[in-house]
Order: sequence, then C-alpha cells, then structure tokens
Amino acid sequence: MEKRELTCIGCPMGCQITVTLDGGAVKSVEGNTCMKGDQYARAEVTRPVRTVTSSVPVTGGTIGQVSVKTAGEIPKDKIFDVMDALRTVRAEAPVSIGSVIAADICGTGVDIVATKNVERKAQ
Amino acid sequence: MNTVKIAIIGGGPAGLAAAIGAREAGEDSILVLERDRLSGGILNQCIHNGFGLHTFKEELTGPEYAQRFIDRAEELKIPCRLNTMVMDISAAGDGSSDKIVTYLNREEGLVQLRAEAVVLAMGCRERPRGALNIPGFRPAGIYTAGTAQRLVNIEGFMPGKRVVILGSGDIGLIMARRMTLEGAKVLAVAELMPYSGGLKRNIVQCLDDFGIPLKLSHTVVDIEGKERVQAVTIAQVDEHSTPIPGTEERYECDTLLLSCGLLPENELTSALGADISPVTRGPEVNESLETSVPGVFACGNVLHVHDLVDFVSQEAELAGRNAARFVRGEIPKTEIPDIRVTAENGVRYTVPEIINTDRLEDTLTLRFRVGAVYKDIYESVYLNDRRILHKKKKIFSPGEMETIVLKKSAILEVPDLKTITVKLEEE
Repeated sequence: MEKRELTCIGCPMGCQITVTLDGGAVKSVEGNTCMKGDQYARAEVTRPVRTVTSSVPVTGGTIGQVSVKTAGEIPKDKIFDVMDALRTVRAEAPVSIGSVIAADICGTGVDIVATKNVERKAQ
Repeated sequence: MNTVKIAIIGGGPAGLAAAIGAREAGEDSILVLERDRLSGGILNQCIHNGFGLHTFKEELTGPEYAQRFIDRAEELKIPCRLNTMVMDISAAGDGSSDKIVTYLNREEGLVQLRAEAVVLAMGCRERPRGALNIPGFRPAGIYTAGTAQRLVNIEGFMPGKRVVILGSGDIGLIMARRMTLEGAKVLAVAELMPYSGGLKRNIVQCLDDFGIPLKLSHTVVDIEGKERVQAVTIAQVDEHSTPIPGTEERYECDTLLLSCGLLPENELTSALGADISPVTRGPEVNESLETSVPGVFACGNVLHVHDLVDFVSQEAELAGRNAARFVRGEIPKTEIPDIRVTAENGVRYTVPEIINTDRLEDTLTLRFRVGAVYKDIYESVYLNDRRILHKKKKIFSPGEMETIVLKKSAILEVPDLKTITVKLEEE
C-alpha cells in the first residue's frame, strides 16, 4: 500500500488529502471535504497533467518574444522535456493567436501554439 | 483645445472594458490613453493560463484574455493613443464639471484635452524594496517579481540563476515556476504571514510541483553582496513579525525577487483632489463607481487590487457605462443623503463605500476583503438593524476578493435607511 499526500486546488480551503494506492489503483481518498477534492485527488495520482506556457523569440516582428502554450494538457513528467525542446524553437512574424509554433511537441500529440498576435515589422 | 466626452486613463484590462462599456451604452466620443506601446496592460506579461474562467468559461493566458477586449474595442472603433503618458487631470475651473487632461507623446507633444467625464484605470504598482525595510546591502540582483516577469516573458532575459523569493503573492509564485522552467534554481519562498496570499492552485502548481519550499512566518533579515547579490539570509518571525534569533538560514544566490503586495497607482487621483481610502489606497467611490470628484470614475486595480481579471472587467464595464450616463445627464439628481457602508468584524473594506439609493440600478454589487483567514463563518449584511443577508462559507481568505450582490428592491424595503454594514459573524 502506498500513501500520497496532496493539497487540493479546488478552492481556498486547500484540503490536505491522503490517497491510498495499491499497485496503482486508488483504494481510498481521505481528508477532502467535497466531491471536487475526490475527483482532483484521483486524477492527480493516476494521470497528473499540466498546461505549459512559455515564450519564444520571434523574428521579423514588432516585438521580440511571442508567448506560447501547449494547446492541451500534457503529462506532468513531460514538462521539462517540453521546456528543453522549446529552447531551440523560433517563430517568424506574423503570428496570430492559435498558430502552431511547434507541432506534436516531444511526441505528446499536443502542439505548441501562440497566445499573442505579433505583426510583421515594416521594412 | 481638443475635446472628448469620456477620457479613459489606461488601456489595460480595466481601461479597455470601461471603453467598451461606455461605447455599448451609446457614447461615441471616447479616447483611451495608454502609456505602453501596446494596450492590454499587465496581461501582456502574464503569459500563464487561468484567466477568464468566469467570463468566457475557458482558461486563457493573459495575452489571449487581453486580445478579446482589444478586438472588441477595435470592432467598436474606440480610439486608443499608445505611448502616451497622462501628466495631470484638473478641474476646468469654469464652473462646469469638465476636466482638463494633460498628456504627452512623441507625435503630438504636450496636449491638453477637455473631457466631460474621466475613467481612472491606471492599475497598480508593486511594493518596491525601499518600502520594505529589508536590511543589508543594495547590490544588483534585487527585482520585484513583476519586473522579473517582464524581463523573462517580454524581453527574453533571465535575471538570475539562483533565486530566493520574498512574499508569496501570486506573481511571486508564478515567477518561482517560470524561473524554474527556464533553468534557474529557486531555493525558497519566504512569507512573513502565517498564510500565503496566493491562490492554492498556484502554491501546488508553482511550488509543490517543483519541490520549492514555502517558508511561512519567515522574512529576509540580510542581503549580502556589494556589486551583485551573493547570499540572502531568512529567519522565522514571531507573532509580532519580529525575527527570532537562532532561526536564520543563509542561501547563496544571485537574485532576490520581491512579491510583497500591490499598491494602486493614484498620483493623478490624489492631485485631482479625490478622497482616497486609507485601506484600499484607491479612491473612495459610490454605487456608480464615481469618486468624490463628480464625473470622475474609477475601476480595476487603481480602485482596489483584484486577484481575478474577470472582476476587473465587470467593474470597469460598469464604470464606463456610468461615465456614459453621466455625460448624458442620466444619473439621477438626489435630495437624500449618501450612506457610508461600514465594514467591520473581519471585513477590511468594501467597494463601493458610499451608496445613494436614488442612484442605484437594479442591483448593487459590493466587493470586500477580509483581514485574516476565517473558517466556517457567516458573511452578513445589515440595513439599519435588519439582517438581509446571512451566508455561511467554509473559508474566507485575505487573498480572495468576495462579492455580494443585493437587489435594489430588497434595499428599498427597509424604511428610513441610515446604515449599511458588512461583517463576519460566528453564527
């Protein structure tokens, strides 16, 4: 049996939740005071995911950096792989919100998309 | 002299929403004055997600949230002067309630603009080191969290490699994660209070996810380094916020980030002579979000510091709409006296703080903050001695702004209304 301690992010209560696992299967969730906590804890111990946001250099634009995000959530343990991959990514203006800056980042099946419009600088 | 019906000072989330609110209320003559090279304000550097859940029912990043309002303002053909700094707002001094807005930019030089109404939307500023009384040297490497955020996200520079953060406000927490993702080592976040002012979600996803310790009831007691920060010492504090000898921990680092609170930026407001609340440090406003200077409205972080931009947008839209009503003479004149809202027993302040029932629209939205963490306690509203709202909540936290909506009809039911009180009650 494995026990995992979590802080719920559902509301400002921040309930301390203990999840008991047996071979990867959730046996019990304790410490939460509502169903939101139960759902959060189960998802967090079995398949934790995060949205990663960053910014990358953009060439030929009116500004030098464009903010980006993963278009969907990626496994939490891939965060640093994605950040490493982003270090060499460059965008070229014009860019608009939602444009794919890097497709299928690190084999996650999730694209990196722009979250800001960058116009092309007049020559 | 150039004239405009409504001048809006600031093109961030509050200014944009106020402009949209005024235009949608039918006002044609609006000008937004923005000092940055882009509109959107601080959202441009808040590249993390989590914005707009209330407004759009989806999680957007800051720039995406801003763009929705920029697009709407463009659709409505609202003019915005960028790279434009407002220097002064004064009464026209000719017996009218008009204001003279003095601004400066490269194309026009110094301009005086006559406006019938003004909406203040200048936002807030971070509390700098000079306001914190931290001992030690004054080397390079000490930044407010927001400055670091701008350097990393907009300019593309990393301000340091080994980092200690003082203050656990949301910007500090967000920057702990951002610096970590960009390859820095964040050694600790020290928080003077026994609780964090940041959202739980940020504590988990910005600190816990990366094993960054949050040291509650701790503060910085020394900064070493003459040219550049070399080390920072933190110590535990007692209940009077005094450092406890023997609890010092020294961290070798090159950077100290400060996330120690935000202050509304009210130099223009004070110079204009508007009454400033000593609690919020923003102007006191009435139910129409009008300051003590007739025709001058306020919204967003210049009024009181918000934690969610959704509420800034709602509040600003109302301020813009009321500015439009003001210039059309639609805000009713009244004979009855204003009522001051009393905040007591754990409630630090309310916005608005002044109510006149003759001027109320169908509902009155009161926003407030508490002064400490309270659990299993009721929020109550009294009109004179009559309790018209009594609602139990599991938790109230200083970091979360609370909202109460009262119906005008319920307020008018109370005869001879003299006092409105918002307070917390055990039962």
